Amino acid sequence: MTGASSSMSDVANDVIAIIAKKVRVPNHPKIELSDRLEDLGLESLDAVEMIFDLEEKFDIQIPYNANTTRTEFDTVGDVVGAIQKLVDKKKS
Amino acid sequence: MNRVVVTGLGAVTPLGHSAAAYWDGLQRGVSGLGPITLSATPEELTQKVVAEIKGFDPLAHFDERELPTLDRVSQIAIVAAREAIAQSGIAFDRSLSVRTACIIGSGVGGMTTLDDTYRRVYRDNKKRVYPLSIPRLMVNAPASQISMHCGLRGPAFVVASACASATHAIGVAFHMVRSGAVECAVTGGSEACITFGTMRGWEAMRVMAPEVCRPFSIGREGMLIGEGAAVLVLEPLERAKARGADILAEIVGFGMSADAGDLTAPDVDGMSRAMQWALEDAGLSPQDVQYVNAHGTGTAANDETETRALHKVFGHHARSLAVSSTKSMVGHALGAAGALEMVATVMAVRDGVAPPTIAYLGPDPACDLDYVPNVARKMDIEVALSNSFAFGGLNAVLVAKKYS
Repeated sequence: MTGASSSMSDVANDVIAIIAKKVRVPNHPKIELSDRLEDLGLESLDAVEMIFDLEEKFDIQIPYNANTTRTEFDTVGDVVGAIQKLVDKKKS
Repeated sequence: MNRVVVTGLGAVTPLGHSAAAYWDGLQRGVSGLGPITLSATPEELTQKVVAEIKGFDPLAHFDERELPTLDRVSQIAIVAAREAIAQSGIAFDRSLSVRTACIIGSGVGGMTTLDDTYRRVYRDNKKRVYPLSIPRLMVNAPASQISMHCGLRGPAFVVASACASATHAIGVAFHMVRSGAVECAVTGGSEACITFGTMRGWEAMRVMAPEVCRPFSIGREGMLIGEGAAVLVLEPLERAKARGADILAEIVGFGMSADAGDLTAPDVDGMSRAMQWALEDAGLSPQDVQYVNAHGTGTAANDETETRALHKVFGHHARSLAVSSTKSMVGHALGAAGALEMVATVMAVRDGVAPPTIAYLGPDPACDLDYVPNVARKMDIEVALSNSFAFGGLNAVLVAKKYS
């Protein structure tokens, strides 16, 4: 797996694995939570595909509109945080 | 080279079932948006709002025995074509019909039939599907059905270029009439794909607004899916004059380009090349244009990029243009959008009225032109552009000119 230290949650590890498949920067080092999606080379369609993969993986619905919510998912950590919330909500 | 004029219009739209009703609604700034009723189990969809043609009764237009052969996309195409031909006053006898083109744009053809068929076999585990499923759903069905129902025996085919389909279709027909390859053309577009499967696909794209489409406005949240059909009758100016026809407008230019870049992201270079080519084809300068019927989908990316392309093509003159998106009223009719918009553009030059961009809240810094906010504007329009920019990076632009 690209990145993800052992101290990270399972959700973070899974999210990073999904994001890693979309990274377009050649020879990018391991992905950190502070990495910005834009710096990883993720374009708008990559984000939409990433959301689909995350929804399928965690069986959740992620409210995401490419026209309005771009800035809410700035870093990898933002995505992990949003998914963690949705996963917790589903459990409760 | 012939000068090419429009002598007939027809439309079936979310604002009414005739070109006159449609144009009246556009001028009054009426919204054609509403809840989804055409999809199966709409309560399961996340998306709740689209622009449907309301109250269309196929039996008011077709014999019960004809309907099994006609998907909704063909039904509305035929109704629009009949209206346009009736307005033109042309009687297509045998010798004229073999020299008349029927070129129609459609993005996906008979999607209602496809959706019903798949539901039947995959969900309901039925062993058989309706025997005419294939000729109902084929993407060329609207052109084939118009040719059969209206007796047009010349070149007939469907052009598919997603959201630019109808503009490409009308452009090709315009060039064929201009060159003399055909004597007349019946051309436009048709789309009717508000089905469960299609809506799920659009939901996954993450580009639709929840309830309101507000192109070029601050706070815009995306596009909304529409449906409709619109048809224009084209013929040489000399022919129209000779028979004393009511000439609605002249078509003077058509331009095309491909971005050869991103699959879905709009591109300033591709958009501006199509507009420049259309103006060159018309032998006009940017300064000659007063009105642009924009592609204006209401997405963050399209409207900002289209604005930049307009600045690039028109320079300082961009600030003098009236630019509006009729998609604010009828949604995005995809493969038919360019035909609905060319009908609006023809009527705009004929009547001297720029239709509005409704639901406009205020200027977005990235969209800094005059978008005719919320209220139609009476103004002299000598020349107008109609823009269509498709997924897949395919762009098409038509130029209409006032006939006087």
